[in-house]
Amino acid sequence: MKQKTFLISGFMASLVLAGVVSFYASSSPDGLEKVAGDIGFIESAQENANSEGILADYGVKGVENARLSTGAAGVIGVIATGAISTGLFFLIRRKSGGKK
Amino acid sequence: MHIPDGFINLPTSGAFAVVAAAGVAISIRGAKSSLDEKTAPLAGLTATFIFAVQMLNFPVAAGTSGHLLGAALAAVLIGPYAATLAITIVRILQALLFADGGLSALGLSIFNMSIIAVWFGYGVFLIVKKIAPKKKVSISIAAAIAALLSVPAAAAGFVLQYAIGANATFSISAVFTAMIGTHLLIGIGEALITFFAVGAVLASRSDLVYGYKNQVSQLEIRANK
Repeated sequence: MKQKTFLISGFMASLVLAGVVSFYASSSPDGLEKVAGDIGFIESAQENANSEGILADYGVKGVENARLSTGAAGVIGVIATGAISTGLFFLIRRKSGGKK
Repeated sequence: MHIPDGFINLPTSGAFAVVAAAGVAISIRGAKSSLDEKTAPLAGLTATFIFAVQMLNFPVAAGTSGHLLGAALAAVLIGPYAATLAITIVRILQALLFADGGLSALGLSIFNMSIIAVWFGYGVFLIVKKIAPKKKVSISIAAAIAALLSVPAAAAGFVLQYAIGANATFSISAVFTAMIGTHLLIGIGEALITFFAVGAVLASRSDLVYGYKNQVSQLEIRANK
């Protein structure tokens, strides 16, 4: 498979997973949350300083439709992660022909 | 395992943030030699894919869910240094953009997921790879076993942090038992996703997989010096 095809397929798959499939994710507490609740130290958790943010808890503020809200947050996250991480990895990579 | 603010006191959180920052700094230096024009985009894609799949909580037991951590997956695909960076980027974006995990607890989470899970997972991968038959599928199996164990390893990191600086006073052994048990279950899901994801990349572009071409590229680097 060509590098470009491979990268585009992977990116598209990520978009679909975060943008569409994420709506069907389990909303049960995750492992740490569950343990904290069962044992009792969940009481010591504080409100997230960011909890009023526009994308808090993987939803776009103001978008009522849950499917759309989660999906849009997922798409934004995928694009942001893709752009920032790829940019940083390119910055720190070994320059070809640099050290011979 | 995105720790909220308040579970662990600030001095402990600060100390782990310093250790995590040192680990990230070392990883930036290490990733320099493992990333090139061809693998840098794969590293970006790996971070992106992990972000996406971390949104997909799957049920593990009554009333509990888990999601991919991605540490072993990333370590096998792009090497442990770049994996540390990939998971760190994902964690920072999750906390900043999506209020997922506390900001003061970020160092704790990065220590558990980007350092313990990545490096422990990579160690397990290398050991299994060494004793497994030299076949392509062995890479996927070794990655899956590494994934299975990397999740309770990260959970153990949290228990360590709890033991040092919990704001609550519940018994450490109770926290240990519950955390390891629950995260072994989550580790099974982690192993399955990792097995198929590594398999998919091996099937399409095995030349990009760090854990597969490792020996070859090491020689190449040495020859280039």
